[in-house]
Amino acid sequence: MGVDPEKNLFLVLLCLLPFVGTLLLSIMGGAGRNAQAAIAVIPAIAGLALLGWFAPLVLNGGVAQWHMAWVPTLGLELSLRLDALGLLFAGLILGIGLLIILYARFYLSANDAMGRFLAMLLLFQGAMLGIALSGNILLLLIFWELTSLSSFLLIGFRSDTAEGRQGARMALAVTGGGGLALIGGLVLLGTIAGSFELADILASGDLIRSSTLYPVALILILLGCFTKSAQFPFHFWLPHAMAAPTPVSAYLHSATMVKAGVFLLARFWPVLSGTDLWFYLVTTTGLVTMILGAAIALFRHDLKAILAYSTISHLGLLTMLFGFGTPVAAMVGIFHLLNHAVFKAALFMNAGIVDHETGTRDIRLLGGLATLMPITATLGIVASASMAGLPPLAGFLSKEMMLEEAGHTLWAGQSWIVPLAAVIGATLSVAYSLRYIVHLYFGPRPASYPAQPHDPPFGLWAPSALLVVLTILVGLFPQTLTVGLVTPAAAIVTGGTAPPFKPALWHGVTPALVMSIVAVAVGALMLWLHGPLLRAWDALRLPDAKRMFDRALEWLVDRASDMTRAIHNGSLQRQLSLLFLVAILVGALGVWTGGYSPGTRPTIPAHPVAILAWGLLVAAVIAVVKAQRQRYLTLVYISVVGLVVSLAFVYLSAPDLALTQISVEVVTILLLLLALNLMPKQPVRLSSNSLRLRDGLIGLTGGTVAGLAAWAVMTREPNDPISAYHWENSYSGGGGTNVVNVTLVDFRAFDTFGEITVLGIAALTIFALLQPVARGPSGQRLREWVADLPRSPERHPMMFAVAARLLLPLATMIGLFIFLRGHNLPGGGFIAGLVVSIAMLMQYMASGFEWADQRRRVDEHMLIGLGVTIAALTGLGSLFFGAPLFTSAFGYVTLPLVGTFELATAMLFDVGVAMTVIGAVMLALAELSHIAQRAEKALVEDDGPMDIDPAKLRGRRA
Amino acid sequence: MSIEFLVASAIAVLTAAGIYLALRGRTFPVVLGLAMLSYAINLFLFAIGRLTVNRPPLYEKGVTDYADPLPQALVLTAIVISFAMTALAVVLSLRSFLETGTDQVDGIVEADPPQPDREAAP
Repeated sequence: MGVDPEKNLFLVLLCLLPFVGTLLLSIMGGAGRNAQAAIAVIPAIAGLALLGWFAPLVLNGGVAQWHMAWVPTLGLELSLRLDALGLLFAGLILGIGLLIILYARFYLSANDAMGRFLAMLLLFQGAMLGIALSGNILLLLIFWELTSLSSFLLIGFRSDTAEGRQGARMALAVTGGGGLALIGGLVLLGTIAGSFELADILASGDLIRSSTLYPVALILILLGCFTKSAQFPFHFWLPHAMAAPTPVSAYLHSATMVKAGVFLLARFWPVLSGTDLWFYLVTTTGLVTMILGAAIALFRHDLKAILAYSTISHLGLLTMLFGFGTPVAAMVGIFHLLNHAVFKAALFMNAGIVDHETGTRDIRLLGGLATLMPITATLGIVASASMAGLPPLAGFLSKEMMLEEAGHTLWAGQSWIVPLAAVIGATLSVAYSLRYIVHLYFGPRPASYPAQPHDPPFGLWAPSALLVVLTILVGLFPQTLTVGLVTPAAAIVTGGTAPPFKPALWHGVTPALVMSIVAVAVGALMLWLHGPLLRAWDALRLPDAKRMFDRALEWLVDRASDMTRAIHNGSLQRQLSLLFLVAILVGALGVWTGGYSPGTRPTIPAHPVAILAWGLLVAAVIAVVKAQRQRYLTLVYISVVGLVVSLAFVYLSAPDLALTQISVEVVTILLLLLALNLMPKQPVRLSSNSLRLRDGLIGLTGGTVAGLAAWAVMTREPNDPISAYHWENSYSGGGGTNVVNVTLVDFRAFDTFGEITVLGIAALTIFALLQPVARGPSGQRLREWVADLPRSPERHPMMFAVAARLLLPLATMIGLFIFLRGHNLPGGGFIAGLVVSIAMLMQYMASGFEWADQRRRVDEHMLIGLGVTIAALTGLGSLFFGAPLFTSAFGYVTLPLVGTFELATAMLFDVGVAMTVIGAVMLALAELSHIAQRAEKALVEDDGPMDIDPAKLRGRRA
Repeated sequence: MSIEFLVASAIAVLTAAGIYLALRGRTFPVVLGLAMLSYAINLFLFAIGRLTVNRPPLYEKGVTDYADPLPQALVLTAIVISFAMTALAVVLSLRSFLETGTDQVDGIVEADPPQPDREAAP
């Protein structure tokens, strides 16, 4: 099947070319318009050349493939695949894209940002190409979403107009919403098939169709296709997307964006079609869309709107053909996909030229242009005749084949429904196509045009002329021009079951020919009666899809803000109580479904001292709640809680935790004291009794749920905990016997690294919150602040100051000791950092902020930054030795006097931890006491480190 | 009475008080409530490793009976992080008190703020 790997790398090149073009255009924003257009056509030309190079292989039934693993565990592979169907679609995307870029070069005015426009266009082209080339359906989804996003940018290119913004938003909402459904559908499809590779899925059609998930997957995939291809009832976004510059409309709505849905129908035709569900869903949707789109098109007045609704109608026709589920219909579908792209692109360009040269797109203001702009008229007439399905043009061929197929399709056992609907669709199609010709180019000339009409320069009409020539040639020589392309593509879609493709202008007098003649005759009659018909149509007052969409959107936004207002009404109580209630509900639900029973693990009998400590804790908790408005008192009570928790850690074999808890306790209480100094001490009660009862009930329920959960856990045997691994490898792998510390600095060092980063960020946030406090209303309040508690006459007691200074080296020593032994005995960076911080904080308390701060040598910000950096570098260091991130190494060093001791890189990491902890704690508390200092400034005249300062006394004597 | 019961009931009491305090209408009790909830949650996480007396997780070859070190390591960092969280909450409530003149978080705006801002007055 495949070819040599080197050749397949060109598949990657083909896929990447447009994106490279986007990048180049984005970089070269200053280049001239011609240079930008030249860059933009290179990917298309090179891509077409590559396609031509692949053609001999692919058109003979071969498949070019390229594959690279991406996220194999998800089934997501970078897998590209080019078969005949993909080649046909890719050729359309690149070929029409090339002409559109040339057209856009002459269409856009000098004021338009051409570089940006072309960059977006190429981005979109790349996304479309990706859909055609994806060999993995998850990769296809990525490109699918990219087309939604990039088409949003293109449709909203004129973002200064309301229509541009609204049209883009609507297109994104509808196609993006469909994209969500498609994700679900394709993931289901891959799950059923057991693989996300397209080749595997295409090979498991029977498995998929017989799966119970098939209907769900089918409906979700169809939702994706129908929204993208503007099928009823999702058709309404397409006319509003006409707010885009005409080159965009010509590209998106002829060959690419809207064809993506149809392409997907063809792509998955082998696995999804052939069931009743497929037939009724797809055929019916296509039928309705075909007739509805054509009917609306007949009564629109904006040239682009006429073309937009005709596009909807033709997409309906294509959808219907693929819905029939017969190989011949699928083949005709592919043929018409090609024909429609050619004549519709030409027509959009034609409408753009008329708009460009006459200044309006309103067909009621135009008429008789045939003599004024003969070239444009000729091109428009031929292209529109092809759309009408008149011989000898390409559109005639595919329409005949469609009528032929519709002629013998049964719908719910009835043989007349589908043929009749097809004839109605064809009739309406003839009517609006003829209207485009007659009302625009013939008929009476209006008194004046907004601008004097004349034929455009060569560059503007040449691209559409090429397409018009193509549609004539295909009509005249269908065998030579299309068989080589359509037959292999149809073979891919139908698995080779399609009969030989034999397009011809004359098949004899067939039912299809009769239907066609009827359609042309009635269509012409309808155009003749257009005036009365238009009045009748306007009297119908059909619902306006845009207004319904807007109202639905408004309703959604309103409900969303209702919801937000209900939760976020400015009250923290409301939010928190909802949070707690939901948490309790989840717990209750777990008990409800899973049942509750305590385990049978033997428990440890409680020592009387433990019961005493427990009683102390419960009493302290009750005291905090009871005395919560006497805030200083609550701090005393809550520190009792912290103390009992620390003791519990000691008793329950967690010395590291006890050390951490007790030192954190000291720092926390200091912090609360400092903050409380500036806050109300004994506020008035706010909550009513009923509110307190309600909160009490929530609290009791929450507490009970948490307690029961804890009890259930503790009375069960652990289920093979992973910590057994930590235990066994602590000494041999981490070089330490304190498993807790080794876990922190080695096994789970990456976690710890994250944690000290959070700590640092919290401290910096505190700094940022308190730094600007002297300004604005808070500065005003600080200056007006009056100490509301009696102050001790001894501001800095000498005993305390002296003791604190003596303690500093001792405490630092202890901190160092705790740090060094941490790897093997309780201790480590966290605890050491806290101990050293407390020793330094004591200097601030004893001798005052100013005095202590002047003697501080190290900046706290620097400490935090250095700490995190050291930890990170230690972690990264292991990469240089080829080991995974945060792998530690250790060895033993012998020094005279000291003896043999161990050095581990983990210790360096722990240094980082300790530095961050010191920096963060000091920064938070120092900044807080700085504020208090500022508030009290006026009261204090002499703020020496001691009230009776021996140094000062000496100075006075001298 | 077992140690497990004491710990479970302590978790229950701390959680209940934490929730109740967190639902008060002023910042300071909310901070106290968060601190209480931190104690409760840290104890709970610690209890996941089951309770053991007198067997700290210091490695000795051949020993299979030891306190589970992993929850301890997790709780150790959790204690430090909950300190950071408490500190941030305290500072946030202090700043908002200084900025607005009220420490209420119940969404009710006081009709007459206790300290009118003279600079802002016309």
